[in-house]
Amino acid sequence: MHGTVNDLAMSGARPLYLSAGFIIEEGLPMDTLWRIVSSMQRAAASAGVQIITGDTKVVDKGKGDGLFINTSGIGVVEHSLTIAPRSVRPGDAILVNGDLGRHGMAIMAVREGLEFESTIESDSAPVSGLVSELLRAGVEIHCLRDLTRGGLTSVLNEISEAASLTLSVEETLIPVREDVRGACEILGLDPLQVACEGRFAAFVPERDADRALAVLAAHPLGAGACRIGKVMEQASARVLLKSAMGVQRILDMASGEQLPRIC
Amino acid sequence: MKYLDEYRDADLARQYARQIARITTRPWNIMEVCGGQTHAIVKFGLDELLPKDITLVHGPGCPVCVTPLELIDKALAIASRPEVIFCSFGDMLRVPGSTTDLLSVKARGGDVRIVYSPLDALKLAEQNPAREVVFFGVGFETTAPATAMAVFQAAKRGVKNFSMLVSHVLVPPAMVAVLSSPKCRIQAFLAAGHVCAVMGCEEYFPIAAKYHVPIVVTGFEPLDILQGVWMCVQQLESGRAEVENPYSRAVRREGNPTAQQLIREVFRVIPRKWRGIGEIAQSGLGLSDRYAGFDAERKFGVAGYHADEPSECLSGLVLQGQIKPHECPAFGTRCTPEHPLGAPMVSSEGACAAYYRYRREAAFT
Repeated sequence: MHGTVNDLAMSGARPLYLSAGFIIEEGLPMDTLWRIVSSMQRAAASAGVQIITGDTKVVDKGKGDGLFINTSGIGVVEHSLTIAPRSVRPGDAILVNGDLGRHGMAIMAVREGLEFESTIESDSAPVSGLVSELLRAGVEIHCLRDLTRGGLTSVLNEISEAASLTLSVEETLIPVREDVRGACEILGLDPLQVACEGRFAAFVPERDADRALAVLAAHPLGAGACRIGKVMEQASARVLLKSAMGVQRILDMASGEQLPRIC
Repeated sequence: MKYLDEYRDADLARQYARQIARITTRPWNIMEVCGGQTHAIVKFGLDELLPKDITLVHGPGCPVCVTPLELIDKALAIASRPEVIFCSFGDMLRVPGSTTDLLSVKARGGDVRIVYSPLDALKLAEQNPAREVVFFGVGFETTAPATAMAVFQAAKRGVKNFSMLVSHVLVPPAMVAVLSSPKCRIQAFLAAGHVCAVMGCEEYFPIAAKYHVPIVVTGFEPLDILQGVWMCVQQLESGRAEVENPYSRAVRREGNPTAQQLIREVFRVIPRKWRGIGEIAQSGLGLSDRYAGFDAERKFGVAGYHADEPSECLSGLVLQGQIKPHECPAFGTRCTPEHPLGAPMVSSEGACAAYYRYRREAAFT
């Protein structure tokens, strides 16, 4: 639900209607189905969207692995901006709406074979309301991207590639909660590559950056919003990270899924 | 974060760098033994803080990197069997064998699972009595106690459907191999802190004396590494060759005797082939006769495998510190993390992967 709502929000649309296709394996307890459908209803209500269509297919036992739900959605674009990587310009400020990596580490904490005690809760949330607030405040948004698979690292690299521009971010400005950092340290993962579900990066002109930050910070889902870097003049696709030691290095796209390391 | 941020203090790091520059009067080559140190150096850019005269050379301490091709092939053969649940640390899954890798075996339907502890594999064996559970025991002295514990417990509990493909290697023989090479240019070592936490420092005294090299037991955070370099340079500049242990928050001189005892109980020291380097005498651990029943090579009849390593991969020279990763002609072109020629390009501790990830372009603007 949040994934589809956020996909629409990131392309600058106000999400309106969703479809939901269910593939149900025979023998799935009705309780489970009810629990999931009720949570979808709550998620739709909180995101201000309606689930208006769908389909169900029941497959033989052993052919479906429980339950698969596929969602898709439509929304309406109510502004004249082109919110896309090609609108990114040198000098743009790069903002995020809060701390990174919580969703991925919450999932990792319950993953088979890796169970560890943690109080990290997923950051999963619909961010369409936040985007509406930015637009209402007249912020000239150049690009939005949710920090899902591959985390901040993947998003910055994809946008840098698509815009053919160098992006520069500072490690000390990127917010990562202490418990998330700790879990990442133990498992040997990079929090900047861990997925989020309610976080996004926004590229806005420098003149709008402070106003955008104020709008984000005033919203519960943007309380930890901050500026992490900027778009450079150089027309080459790469992402640079100034490390906490003050040394600059490449922030490279992750190759495949991050795997916990040996020692 | 407590106990971490203190060791990543940028101001203190620059102070160390200035101290090192002040006492350095000529060029020195210092090898950091462990791949974890290599990654910290490249990730934090520590080598760029150091004076030009100090060259950090990356060592053989990446267990994934030195696992020989034929052992990966053995793993692939065992993991492909329908009755097997093959358990491994995540790092090993992308390492290329002669034809494929464990992730591809998994994609084709092999039951390959990432575990974080060898004891999790043992638990899987107990939960799946009709299956054969095999653990890929990879690593230096750091992971050996945990794999030894899994075998020890399996024997104690009489778990018959559990076995181990053992690929453990030992650090001190590899350091001696590096020093014995006629092309060796190493003048001091940052010893691998985690290995020393298990094994202690005693093994290094004869090496320091015989080859007249300073050996400083070093941790993995920026300040640990810079302190290690500083102490090496102090020794080099004054002509000393001693074993020093500034990483005393983790390492005692005698190490961890309980862990050592467990290693001795389950394993015996054997000659082992290192990828790209060749066989090194007394450099590995294999199951002792008493625990031979847990040897997956015997159980699945793969002991006789042999594989030739691709000649284009220069990982052997990289692992011995004779070339830097980017000096390999295949680096970043015919060898990338997506299409690796050798393990150092895929392991999270591999020097080639570190250079590819953080240093692909030599000059930043």
